[in-house]
Amino acid sequence: MNERFKESVVKSLRAMYRSLPIIFGVIILISLMNVLVPKTFFTTLFQGNLLFDSFIGSVLGSILAGTPITSYVISGELLKQGISLIAVTAFIVSWVTVGIIQLPAEMMLLGKKFAIIRNVTAFILSIIVAIVTVTILSIL
Amino acid sequence: MKKKQRKKQGKIEGKVEMSHNQWYFLAGVFVIAIIIFLFKPDAITPSIQFFYSFLKKIIPIICLIFVLMFLINFFVTPKQLVKYLGKKSKSIIAWPVVVIAGIISTGPIYMWYPLLNDLQKKGVKNSFIATFLYNRAIKPALLPLIIFYFGLAFTIVLTIVMIITSVFQGLIIDKILGGKKKKK
Repeated sequence: MNERFKESVVKSLRAMYRSLPIIFGVIILISLMNVLVPKTFFTTLFQGNLLFDSFIGSVLGSILAGTPITSYVISGELLKQGISLIAVTAFIVSWVTVGIIQLPAEMMLLGKKFAIIRNVTAFILSIIVAIVTVTILSIL
Repeated sequence: MKKKQRKKQGKIEGKVEMSHNQWYFLAGVFVIAIIIFLFKPDAITPSIQFFYSFLKKIIPIICLIFVLMFLINFFVTPKQLVKYLGKKSKSIIAWPVVVIAGIISTGPIYMWYPLLNDLQKKGVKNSFIATFLYNRAIKPALLPLIIFYFGLAFTIVLTIVMIITSVFQGLIIDKILGGKKKKK
């Protein structure tokens, strides 16, 4: 029992030792991104084409990082600027499901192949989720 | 004999876990930050302030994850995990469990990588890990905010669509990776 307790503590400490530098690195990158990219910059990227805008929404959401609250605030602004709901939904979904900034961390801890496939599929699915959600809403 | 084998296995694991890649990554990030600060010195103070406030928020989550890792290491054997969440698991209960675990988990997604890495090593299926990560996107605490910005109907439909998609993504990943464990 005592040995198992010790073993579990050591195992958990080892895993934390391995992960903390990666987590700190990701937080530094997010801090830099939040300071360097102004929020007004995003509206200039949308063109008014539904599919292209959805793609841009997903790309932006994948690159940017931070708390989901930030994505809702930006999305509210985008909607006010007349950006389509599909594009904005794709933006919100990819913001929380795809992570380019944390990709190196994910690859190091969960495996390269897994991380790449997970992020690529999440990116594609963010556009599909946006289209399905808005279509269902239009039917309701 | 068993004790000897466990010790040997522990030593091997230790060697793998003590690789220095994570420190190279952190050093690389520091170099990027220094280069940016050299060209944009006015970004130093706001970046440090943002970093500090972010760090304050995640320290309790780091502690929570450490406790969870310890509890899993202490109470759950790899055999049990593999039985319910492993490659040959046919348990239907596993999906809702993974979905709910993803929804109720707190903090940034990357905070969970160490725990998931641990589970992956114990034989948990990649599909379950992917589904867990996808459901991290659904945050009950933030639902009122989404309702405020987008309305109740949008929030309900999006949440349901995302839960279904999370399982779908898990199945896709299972198909592509063939339910393989991470290769070392």
